Amino acid sequence: MTALSSPGGLHPPRPLQAAGIGLWVFMGVGSALFTLFVAAYIMRMESSDWSSIALPRQLWLSTAWLIAGSLVMQAAAGAAEGAAGRAGVASHAHRRRATLLLATGGACALLFLASQWWAWTALAQARVAWNGNAAASFFYLLTALHGLHVIGGLIAWGVAWRGLANAADERAARLIRLCARYWHFLFGIWLLLFSTLAGVTPEIVRRICGID
Amino acid sequence: MSTAHVADDDFDTEHEPHSFWTKYVWSQDHKVIAVQYASVAIFVGLIGLVLSNLMRLQIGFPGVFQFITPEHYYQWVTMHGMIMVIYLLTALFLGGFGNYMIPLMIGARDMVFPYMNMLSFWVYLLSVIVLLASFFVPGGPTGAGWTLYPPGAVMSGTPGQEGGIQLMLVSLIIFIVATTMGGLNYVTTVLQARCPGMTLLRMPLTVWGIFVATILALLAFPALFVSGIMMLLDKTAGTSFFMPAVVQMGQVTNYRGGSPLLFQHLFWFFGHPEVYIVALPAFGIVSDLISVHARKAIFGYRTMVWAIVVIGGLSFIVWAHHMFVAGMNPWFGFFFATSTLIIAVPTAIKVYNWVLTLWRGDIHLTVPMLFTLAFILTFLAGGLTGLFLGNVSVDIPLSGTYFVVAHFHMVMGVAPLLVVFGAIYHWFPKITGRMLDDRLGHLHFWVTFLGTYLIYFPMHYLGVLGMPRRYHNYADYEFIPQSAHQLNVFITVVALFVGVFQLLFVWNLLWSAFRGRQASPNPWRAASLEWFTPDTPPKHGNWGKQLPVVYRWAYAYSVPGAKEDFIAQNAPPGEGGLEPEAVGAQGGHGAHAGHAAPTGGAGMAPPRPLPLGGGGAAQRKESP
Amino acid sequence: MVIALVLLVIVVASVLFHLMAPWWTTPLASNWKAMDDTLTITIVITGVFFVVINLFVVYALWRFRHRAGQRAAYEPVNHKLERWLIGITTVGIVALLAPGLKVYADYVQPPEGAMEVEVLGQQWQWRFRFPGEGGKLGGSDTRFFAPNNPFGIDPADAAGRDDILIDNNELHLPLNKPVKVLLRSHDVLHDFFVPNFRARQNIVPGQISYFWFTPTVPGRYEAMCAQLCGVGHPAMRGFVVVESQDAFDAWLAKHPSFAKTQSPPAATAEPTDPLVARGRTLAQEKGCAACHSVDGSTGVGPTWKNLYGKTEILDDGTSAKVDEAFLRDFIKNPTARSIKGFPPVMPQIPLTDDEVNALVAHIKSQAQP
Repeated sequence: MTALSSPGGLHPPRPLQAAGIGLWVFMGVGSALFTLFVAAYIMRMESSDWSSIALPRQLWLSTAWLIAGSLVMQAAAGAAEGAAGRAGVASHAHRRRATLLLATGGACALLFLASQWWAWTALAQARVAWNGNAAASFFYLLTALHGLHVIGGLIAWGVAWRGLANAADERAARLIRLCARYWHFLFGIWLLLFSTLAGVTPEIVRRICGID
Repeated sequence: MSTAHVADDDFDTEHEPHSFWTKYVWSQDHKVIAVQYASVAIFVGLIGLVLSNLMRLQIGFPGVFQFITPEHYYQWVTMHGMIMVIYLLTALFLGGFGNYMIPLMIGARDMVFPYMNMLSFWVYLLSVIVLLASFFVPGGPTGAGWTLYPPGAVMSGTPGQEGGIQLMLVSLIIFIVATTMGGLNYVTTVLQARCPGMTLLRMPLTVWGIFVATILALLAFPALFVSGIMMLLDKTAGTSFFMPAVVQMGQVTNYRGGSPLLFQHLFWFFGHPEVYIVALPAFGIVSDLISVHARKAIFGYRTMVWAIVVIGGLSFIVWAHHMFVAGMNPWFGFFFATSTLIIAVPTAIKVYNWVLTLWRGDIHLTVPMLFTLAFILTFLAGGLTGLFLGNVSVDIPLSGTYFVVAHFHMVMGVAPLLVVFGAIYHWFPKITGRMLDDRLGHLHFWVTFLGTYLIYFPMHYLGVLGMPRRYHNYADYEFIPQSAHQLNVFITVVALFVGVFQLLFVWNLLWSAFRGRQASPNPWRAASLEWFTPDTPPKHGNWGKQLPVVYRWAYAYSVPGAKEDFIAQNAPPGEGGLEPEAVGAQGGHGAHAGHAAPTGGAGMAPPRPLPLGGGGAAQRKESP
Repeated sequence: MVIALVLLVIVVASVLFHLMAPWWTTPLASNWKAMDDTLTITIVITGVFFVVINLFVVYALWRFRHRAGQRAAYEPVNHKLERWLIGITTVGIVALLAPGLKVYADYVQPPEGAMEVEVLGQQWQWRFRFPGEGGKLGGSDTRFFAPNNPFGIDPADAAGRDDILIDNNELHLPLNKPVKVLLRSHDVLHDFFVPNFRARQNIVPGQISYFWFTPTVPGRYEAMCAQLCGVGHPAMRGFVVVESQDAFDAWLAKHPSFAKTQSPPAATAEPTDPLVARGRTLAQEKGCAACHSVDGSTGVGPTWKNLYGKTEILDDGTSAKVDEAFLRDFIKNPTARSIKGFPPVMPQIPLTDDEVNALVAHIKSQAQP
């Protein structure tokens, strides 16, 4: 476990080495946050006034954008690492690929946000408001918070973009790798939220919790 | 002093801050940030102290002070509680002590994310400003109690409906952002930035306490975030997360279906780990203070680490002992009473080990040691009364009474605060290069220790009598005898005296920082790494050109055969003083000075001289 | 050595304080002696640990104080000792938990056939309700809440018609009969706590919570609200009278059933003056009626019946005549003065001058000429 034991070794921690650990910790915090929200959602569901809302179909499109984004970002990280590990023309080719894929990965996140917004407007048109229906309140709240985390990811994406524009080196590759990891995390959280909103009903909760 | 060197890390002095603003204001140096956190925390803590004195004026002398209306009383109760728990204790232990001590104790130059560290302070300051702003909005701050229970917190009849409760919730959300940023730093730094030889099990317990507390904070504060956002929406957007169908001052409202108990579960899922976020750093610091001032290794270091980790883990499954009479499913009471009483076991182990460290020690009754001894007494008292409240059926008549108030003040207020004082007296010479005035320190100690014991010990008995908490007036209750009111007067007078007396400590801090007696670099002759920086106070980068290398644990005190009664963590390996596990022998007769590096056992061979230049880390067997 | 001496004094003084202090549990008036016994067990066990550990510290401080030339021993580990200590502690914990859980098991299971009574908490007063002959309490909901239906009982529920309503803060109970107390609130959290009974529970709006006990000692006991419920929290007082079955029956018979309270007769005639009518509506809308009755009964605030023209005594001993100016001032600035005998908890409700005029007119109309 040399990575976790005295890693000071010869150098002080390379900044991005620590950033990797920091990202894992942050993902832990985010997981705790959304898990607690899901727990609150499930607990609130037990109330007699619960009435589920029909989820807008746009959510499937959103999911698709997240899947695409994760796949593309993963490939971008691979390409950037390829560029960093090579020199000359070979590196150039990888760098071009990395740039293209990174741009696409960012675009996928943006398109996800657009699709979520579209889902919101669809609900608003169906007169489903913030308040009045707890299921709706949760829907808006959970998607808003997830969306905020995606926006945060886009800020990190900007840092990675600038890094790659600067030089197709190990540092840039590392930045993109971390972004890709975060994209996967956002997708994982979305899966948790989407499956809960779509799949968990009061009946299921009652059966699992053994409530009559 | 350290003689083994590593190759230069890429630390350079060019990026050292030079202007006043970058050195002391927009600083990314963990030491400066720590002092910033501590200063704001102490400042807001003094406000909390004043609020508590105002509350006691009302309890001791009800009706005498016309300006103390019921609204004011409940607003002060709420702000006092929230300030002390969150904005003082949490910020001070994690942001103050965590920031200062972690890099120095593990041999790092700074936190691994210095920019985010700096941001976390300014975000914390913003949260404090937003909180205090609630004093100035129409209707004033919220008066819902620090627990902010709905539906009352957002309904008429509770002060703060015109901005107070909203600002409180926003302030908490901002604080949680700051804590997350700081927490990422502390955890990653401990995992990533330890100097060579500094394995996790050679870190001082101060670091372990703060490290585990930070992990708790990172996982528990999200629950407060969830409940805070949902309550804010209930108040401002008319949602019904927590709001059942209610009548507000005669008017039926539009809320429906929400669950007040949902808030309580979320709040206490945060709230119970929160008390350990405050307690665990205190535990760690106490272990270090005892070792240094009794010249004896902390008894059972690994058990102490285990206990900190186990307490941290268990703290997530005891929360509903705050809800035994809340109206939740009655069968939960069995589980939570059991888990709560189980957590008493590792906590008790820690108390035994502190006390056993004193046994056959060489006890110097310095001011830090005095505060530590006072901690043991008050924590023992406060912890034992927790057993009353954790045992569900004993809790039933005691909940909501002054027994609870006395318990949590003793165990969260008095005990950790005594540790804060002791720690500041202990590390002040490191931070400033000067000693705090010793006579003032003794005076401060005696008044604070005896005063707080006199305040809170008798208070338990008022609770057993049944005297309810959060009452601004007890007139006309026949079951409360006149003697109880007289006791309240006594408690108030002592509280006012102790409160004002803290100014002496503040004076000592400020005066000694500039005029205190010059201190030697290691006035307490401690063994842990932070005392061995090339400069005192440590300069930017802490360690000069080369990071230290560490060869032993932090508790090599009174090692048989050693020249002095302590061996620095980074003293050459030949001086002995290895941790017991490295020596392999149980019962502690190994680690004699003069032996060469031991072999065998648990395999903690010290590092061989490391090759220069890039490449992999030296091959060495180390326990994680 | 002062510290060792002081710690010793503190230990001794704490024990003496415990033995001599006049503040301990109120006299038990219910079946929950087991709670008191478990409290005693807890005091004994924790007391032993407190004394022993502290005396150990005192001794260690004295014996191992710093003396020149002496060094501390080096004994950083002793697993055997640690195991013993864990063992002893665990025994102590079990000795506490076992009786505690046993009592709790009884607590959560009310006996069959326990009499049911509902306690209704509201900012800031208590009301009570008994099931009538039918033996079942009628359903309730906040949407039925109205000035003439402060319990919020569903008028369409047949089971509720015979419920007996106690519209004041004194509850009577028959001696030696187990009672299951059902707890309900329209607004915020409350808690109906009579220390002598030991048993209690929070009241949570949106659900019904309960506790049970058997009153065993006749008397009149003070009840208080034990969960913060706003500025009037300390004023939310009640009484429980435990008496013989006959006396209880007689008391119960004096109170109306829900059906009786719903039949029109006592309804006040519609005021003809539109200003007064407006005032009456405002009194509902703005929440005044939650605390001020018009039928002479005392609520959180003084009744408006015959208030106008009265001479009230204020908290500071002075007296004041209740005229228009007085009422206007009081409504605008409720905490400036306080009426003797009433808690200073009246909220300041923003009202236009017209609205204040209407309210004053309404209050005036409640006084017999």
